[in-house]
Amino acid sequence: MWEIIKTALPQLIAAGLKYTIPIALISFAIGLVIALITALIRISTRGGFFKLIKLIFRFYVWLFRSTPLLVQLFIVYFGLPYLKISGLAPNGIKLDPLTAGIITFSLNTGAYCSETIRAAILSIPNGQWEAAYSLGMTKVKALRRIILPQALRVSVPPLANSFISLVKDTSLAASITIVEMFEVSQQIAAENYQPLVMYCLVALLYAVACTILSWLQGYLEKVTSRYVVAGH
Amino acid sequence: MLKVEKLSKSFNGHQVLKDLTVDFPEHQTTVILGPSGSGKSTLLRSLNLLERPEAGKYYFDQQIFDFAKGISSKDTLAIRRQTEMVFQGYNLFPHLTVLKNIMEGPIQVLGSKKAAAEVLARQLLAKVSLADKADAYPNQLSGGQAQRVAIARSLAMQPKYILLDEPTSALDPELELEVLKVLLQLSEEKKSLVIVTHNLAFASKAADKIVFIENGQVLFDDSKQAFFAAEQQPRIKDFISAMTFAKL
Ligand SMILES: Nc1ncnc2c1ncn2[C@@H]1O[C@H](COP(=O)(O)OP(=O)(O)OP(=O)(O)O)[C@@H](O)[C@H]1O
Ligand SMILES: [Mg+2]
Repeated sequence: MWEIIKTALPQLIAAGLKYTIPIALISFAIGLVIALITALIRISTRGGFFKLIKLIFRFYVWLFRSTPLLVQLFIVYFGLPYLKISGLAPNGIKLDPLTAGIITFSLNTGAYCSETIRAAILSIPNGQWEAAYSLGMTKVKALRRIILPQALRVSVPPLANSFISLVKDTSLAASITIVEMFEVSQQIAAENYQPLVMYCLVALLYAVACTILSWLQGYLEKVTSRYVVAGH
Repeated sequence: MLKVEKLSKSFNGHQVLKDLTVDFPEHQTTVILGPSGSGKSTLLRSLNLLERPEAGKYYFDQQIFDFAKGISSKDTLAIRRQTEMVFQGYNLFPHLTVLKNIMEGPIQVLGSKKAAAEVLARQLLAKVSLADKADAYPNQLSGGQAQRVAIARSLAMQPKYILLDEPTSALDPELELEVLKVLLQLSEEKKSLVIVTHNLAFASKAADKIVFIENGQVLFDDSKQAFFAAEQQPRIKDFISAMTFAKL
């Protein structure tokens, strides 16, 4: 068994470094940007035409939170090629697996994280806005200087949870032909007929990655909460 | 010069300010008194444009604004820059140190240089006797200290008016005294202050002018001497008697 592990482990780690970790990192970074924009649009009180934009973003969040990630991946990778838009995409939208994966993961995690950020912003007491306004700050400045830094602290734990989930969910990318860590473990298991060892091994690698992330989360929480911990 | 004329403000059909007219002379301390729910906070918040009355005029120096027509965001920012609010609950920024709390407005709003803002902030902290708390975070302060920092934060903007809404109501008497001393000093320095308070002892000492509000209307608007001698006005006599527990 030791031999099996010794030959498989480097291949798994290589796949992890090449696909799993980059996909997770890039998707989460894009997802955070989407989440922040979505959250800000959804908390805006502007009326008129803006109401329609708000509705669209609300629909987006609903859509990605109420359908399975695996199905979303299938639609984007296998389904979109059949979406033929005359003029724009007459031959359907064909994405390479990596692009399809990153788009889907970003949109999915963005939907969840937008709810986290939105809730965090709304949890900041109104008096903070008023104190900022009273100083003469614009809404944007109040948000940037006063509200978001506090909201960020509140969102670190749930955002870290979303990231950890995302790292594990990248294993679904195997189903759209991306040879990430889980896919590699399947391929090796098919050759050496050791599914138990292989899948336990890959599970262990995910666990190690997530454990490291949990430590990072703890550190980040400490840094961002300095002003709370300092008090009585 | 700050003045509001025929101010009307309703919340869900309930009229809180009723055609209220009152002016706040510069370099004087105006104390607003009145029973709970009479509209004092609403009035004060309207002065800082945190509330928007449906109707009424707002006079600030040479400018006149009409609430019925709305006040543009540019004018709103300009007015807020010159009127600072001090809240009952302090509303310090918890993620910034005491020093940074005071520097935030000058740097972000007035465009002050960091070094200049820090010098000013330290001076103001010394003024409210909290020079040693510069690097503390707000949640390490007592209520009285927090409110003095909030006062320093408002002073840092060098506003024309400082508006204080029951600045000491959340404090024990000893802590209240620390804050009232600072306010009295500001009053003696001829800063323009508008203070909502239930503390008659402070009003009798610091006020240049007392405005008594009930049911969203001005019942009395005159000097403190006239207020405390208001024999002909039974409502005010009752109020003073209740506030000083004279009939206990
Ligand atoms: N945002 C709001 N929404 C609805 N009603 C409000 C709002 N703000 C104030 N009111 C109502 O307006 C009335 C006047 O309130 P205001 O806070 O101005 O009174 P106050 O004189 O400051 O009272 P207190 O001495 O208790 O602070 C009250 O009946 C209050 O319930
Ligand atoms: Mg009040």
